[in-house]
Amino acid sequence: MATQSTTISVSAAPLRTGILLPSFTLWWREIVRFYRQRSRVVGVIASPLLFWIVIGSGFGTSFRSGSSAGQQHYLDYFYPGALIMIVLFTSIFTMMSVIEDRKEGFLLSVLVAPVPRSAIVLGKVLGGTTLAAIQGMIFLAFAPAIGVHFNLLQLAAIVLTIFLVSFSLTALGFAIAWPMDSTQAFHAIINLFLIPLWLLSGALFPLSGASGWLRIIMRANPLTYGVEALRGLLYPAAQTSLPVASSIVVLLVFTLVMFGVAFVMVNRRTTKPAA
Amino acid sequence: MASRTPAFEAASEAAPSAASRPAVISIEDLRHRYDDRIALDGVSFQVQAAELFGLLGPNGSGKTTLFRILSTLMIPSGGRALIMGRDAARDPNGLRRQIGVVFQAQSIDVKLTAAENLWHQGHLYGLSGSTLSKRIDEMLEHVGLADRAKEYAETFSGGMQRRLELAKGLMHHPSVLLLDEPTTGLDPGARRDLWQYLRALREEEQVTVLVTTHLMEEAERCDRLAILNQGKLVALGTPVELKHEIGGDVILLEAGDPDSVAQRIQRRFGMEAAVIGGKVRLEQENGHRFITDVVEAFPGEIQSISVSKPTLEDVFIHRTGHRFWTEANGEHQ
Repeated sequence: MATQSTTISVSAAPLRTGILLPSFTLWWREIVRFYRQRSRVVGVIASPLLFWIVIGSGFGTSFRSGSSAGQQHYLDYFYPGALIMIVLFTSIFTMMSVIEDRKEGFLLSVLVAPVPRSAIVLGKVLGGTTLAAIQGMIFLAFAPAIGVHFNLLQLAAIVLTIFLVSFSLTALGFAIAWPMDSTQAFHAIINLFLIPLWLLSGALFPLSGASGWLRIIMRANPLTYGVEALRGLLYPAAQTSLPVASSIVVLLVFTLVMFGVAFVMVNRRTTKPAA
Repeated sequence: MASRTPAFEAASEAAPSAASRPAVISIEDLRHRYDDRIALDGVSFQVQAAELFGLLGPNGSGKTTLFRILSTLMIPSGGRALIMGRDAARDPNGLRRQIGVVFQAQSIDVKLTAAENLWHQGHLYGLSGSTLSKRIDEMLEHVGLADRAKEYAETFSGGMQRRLELAKGLMHHPSVLLLDEPTTGLDPGARRDLWQYLRALREEEQVTVLVTTHLMEEAERCDRLAILNQGKLVALGTPVELKHEIGGDVILLEAGDPDSVAQRIQRRFGMEAAVIGGKVRLEQENGHRFITDVVEAFPGEIQSISVSKPTLEDVFIHRTGHRFWTEANGEHQ
């Protein structure tokens, strides 16, 4: 190591670090790591497309024609639920990177930095949110193909809904991944309630058709509100149990709660080794 | 290490002023217990400004636990650990600003380039813009990676990764640098480079360096040492001081029946003789003269005999009564 030849600047780092710079840097790292892994890029773009092909050939011919007002066909019904599913899987699974960061040691250097713990959550979660939301948008781009059209205002509300669903689910994934030390354990836990979460969100069958106890579960499922909001926005004529604005408010609250849970997890310091 | 004498002089010169200066790192009756095991059992010591301080101990001695507590990754079950007056348990963010940390395990992101690793690190410490880019160039130059700045860290050798690790820990000019077994997995050349660099840091920039190690030859290079064994502090001082307290030479005897020889030496010469690792071990001034007496006293029984100046391992044996590496602590943690 050349110690003599170089000079060293004496300006010390600023003593206060805000939340934005560290969040930005952690977010950016997620994105960079993502696009450098070609297979992940292919997966993110191809899976919504694949989904479309399967849906299109499976339901398409039988349901596409005559989607006039009033009567909803199953493909139309299924569309918001499919969008949510794509977002759901990507959101939660991107947070596997929390476990990898811990194993690879990168997380250690973040934990000993004077960074607000909320910045750690925000950076990581926004990284996953970005990827999930991009996937959702790709799927959304095909909406006109089934005769769904929306104006700019609707689009803005749809994007907001997708963002909230992505963010809240990524934060949930973060909170689950944080205490875990193996990706296998993460998979097991995720499968345990990820599938029911989606099945009981109104993605497959409507709330109104469910029996009493099932309806209570569906009502309590935050994902229901994401599906409802999207359905209301994509098909203004469709029947939803809540106004779109109320669904979005519920999603917003859920997002804040999930962020809070993730924040508490990261802030917890114990007498056990942190990594 | 050039020679032992200059280190000793430097230490003794620093000694009078050290007492008056406030400690940079202060460990006060630190205790820690994991579920089933006591890892730290009331350890206290202080590290002065611009000291190269070594924490020596076998695996499981508690040094990694102490390191985790100091670097704010874990709160202790009792006692306090302070750096520049900041309590690791109560004011972690205040303490984090003072320290640079180099972990034993890798913490660089090998999927990123060398420069990108430092870029992210700089952001975590509030550096940005041209200040940050200047600092990145400077640090890469400093650790000899300037020409590899745009290459992925996964293509680097172990020594280069370690240097990048060090650059990462020093990005924000910390006044205290903590290193956990930094030479693990390095070849002797890279090891020597790293130690030279730590010395330079301390001398040119007055950085206080605390380094954990289980290697005697590394501990020899520190200004002062704390030796840990089973969660307790067993020795504290400069390497020279510690070796001086042994008083004379260390004599090792190989004999057919070491226990009986040891007992008879005790009876005959009135000195401590212990059997450690199948050899009789004695501490004696003017060892070279003494060995002729021993050999004459037990004709035909002694197979070999050696006289040496005390090492830090002897200090460890002297204080604990057993060897540094034993079956019990040979296993991990």
